[in-house]
Amino acid sequence: MTTTSIPMTQSLKNAITAALMTAILTVPILGLQLKLEGYQVVLEPHWKLVWLAVGAVFLFQLLKPLWNRASSAIQLPGLPELGVQQQRITLWVLLAVGFVWPFFGSRGAVDIATLALIYVILGLGLNIVVGFTGLLNLGYAGFYAIGGYTYAILNQRYGLSFWECLPLSAAMSALFGLLLGFPVLRLRGDYLAIVTLGFGEIIRLLANSLDSLTGGPDGISSIPKPTVFGIEMARSASVEGARTFHEIMGWEYSGEHMVVFLYLLALLLVCLTLFVTNRLIRMPMGRAWEALREDEIACRSLGLNPTRIKLSAFTLSSTFAGIGGAFFAARQGLVNPESFTFIESALILAVVVLGGMGSQLGVILAAILLTLLPEFARGFAEYRMLIFGLVMVLMMIWRPQGLLPAQRPQVELPQ
Amino acid sequence: MSAMNAAGPSQGANAPSGGSATAAGVERGGNMTLLRVSGLQMRFGGLLAVDDVTFDVQRHEVFAIIGPNGAGKTTVFNCVGGFYRPTAGEVTLDGQAIAGLPSHQVARKGLVRTFQNIRLFRQLTVVENLLVAQHLQVKSGLLHGLFATPAYRRAEREALEHAVSWLKRMGLSAVANRAAGTLSYGHQRRLEIARCMITKPRLLMLDEPAAGLNPQEKNELSELIDGLRREFGIAVLLIEHDMSLVMGVSDRILVMEHGRPIMVGKPEEVRNDPRVIKAYLGED
Repeated sequence: MTTTSIPMTQSLKNAITAALMTAILTVPILGLQLKLEGYQVVLEPHWKLVWLAVGAVFLFQLLKPLWNRASSAIQLPGLPELGVQQQRITLWVLLAVGFVWPFFGSRGAVDIATLALIYVILGLGLNIVVGFTGLLNLGYAGFYAIGGYTYAILNQRYGLSFWECLPLSAAMSALFGLLLGFPVLRLRGDYLAIVTLGFGEIIRLLANSLDSLTGGPDGISSIPKPTVFGIEMARSASVEGARTFHEIMGWEYSGEHMVVFLYLLALLLVCLTLFVTNRLIRMPMGRAWEALREDEIACRSLGLNPTRIKLSAFTLSSTFAGIGGAFFAARQGLVNPESFTFIESALILAVVVLGGMGSQLGVILAAILLTLLPEFARGFAEYRMLIFGLVMVLMMIWRPQGLLPAQRPQVELPQ
Repeated sequence: MSAMNAAGPSQGANAPSGGSATAAGVERGGNMTLLRVSGLQMRFGGLLAVDDVTFDVQRHEVFAIIGPNGAGKTTVFNCVGGFYRPTAGEVTLDGQAIAGLPSHQVARKGLVRTFQNIRLFRQLTVVENLLVAQHLQVKSGLLHGLFATPAYRRAEREALEHAVSWLKRMGLSAVANRAAGTLSYGHQRRLEIARCMITKPRLLMLDEPAAGLNPQEKNELSELIDGLRREFGIAVLLIEHDMSLVMGVSDRILVMEHGRPIMVGKPEEVRNDPRVIKAYLGED
């Protein structure tokens, strides 16, 4: 009996304190509302709302121990822990399904899926810095922007095609990754986060104000879509005498072809990203990233140069942002600073954290989830950010290690 | 210096099985001093943590630093290993000045260390810990790795074999695939030493390696230190509180108190020196 009575008084105390705090907080916010009465602004009390809030908090705090006891018996649903082998099989199945379904899916669905795939590329890229190397990058959208703008500008000025620009965009983003890497190397934790955040904003502001180069707030429009390895995919060829894709194939022209083509192209880029990141993490370089995440001092004591490790992580990570950016520009046909705000960086980071830092399959699932959810929940568009925040908070409580915690590719020794 | 470079490759066969590197080093290096520390001083603001510490470590020697808590032993380690930049004094490894070099460059010169509070890559497996440490030996370009060229695969295989032979040597084979952080304390200590040894060092610095070990494990550690020195011709610089271990394994001992050296001598000299007894037991 005594064991239950002690927590009871404790929780009563908690509940009263919490209720008081609620009262203090809610009186100015909910209780007193400004109202225009004739010429005068008057304060109108709304005590009912305050009482409601206080009552709700009081009851919640009072009953929390009971609820905890009850819920401890209930197992929250969890995704199964997948081994390395199972994750690999799941990945292959996902890819196979990914290649087949657009031929049966609706145009809208394929289009959204393409967007999801862009986030998969970005998520996998950011995963290198955040998941593998354990550094925080809050300015990833900056590198993404550089990729997009590189394609847009090179195309508008020099008429380079998508395929020529793709590696150039990747290289340009990599270069900026390297440049950012230098000053931030000595920073860690919160400081690093702030600097990268600043970098992302600088890139966006530059894009906004370098009118002559980037077109300012309007951005650059009418960026051509990718060609099918040189063959245009349009109703009629832009160059006299050239044949378009549907003419060669002998098909009726349909806008849907482009949508599916873009999707398949994105999927190919995802495959490339997956292949490269997968290899990297098994290479000495990838091992050094993980070692740095685990213990920088130990790394140094073994002769590993932390500066070089961080630089390589930053550079390679931003390379993928460049690829994603170039593809984004091609798909959208338009780049402007609006597309590369901090929210974008936060979203990509959320993809990595939600998926499970360092976990590739997790990142893929999270990218798909975070792109599709807002589409399904269009009715709640206003509450999108609220729901987003709620999901993150719930994740922290329920599964802080992410949807699918990383199962590092282990060098398995036969016993 | 060139003599040492010439002696370097003889350590190339630094697998636990091969064990006759000792002789070569002695004959070729006319100079027997490997590490020389002179007039070392480390000041943290107003606190003089280490002052006027001078000692040298000979090749193949086990040299211990002892002293009461707070005597500045670990600070000496940190200065020698490049983790601190000493405020005064010189540190030379094989005649080359290393004081003030960043720690990873010091490590590349063949001076590696373990830590008082073990620093393993806890989430990496035991094997992976050893693979990371071979980072410098496994030279592989980005593209070689991405396309898994034969040269890359050979290098990886060699690194793995090297790691496996060290796991055998240290009795860690059974836990090879476990995350390093989940190992028992004694195993973690061993892994940390293996991780140092796999970098093919010339001087191994151990910071309280016996802390937290049971008597059985302490005996094994003592044998291990002696064995490593014999097999690989390394010198060992040791900080330790456990007197029986220090007395048993060391060739010479430096005693420190309040950041200053009291004496350097052989174990039996140290054991009977009144100054040392005073430092440890207080007055009377």
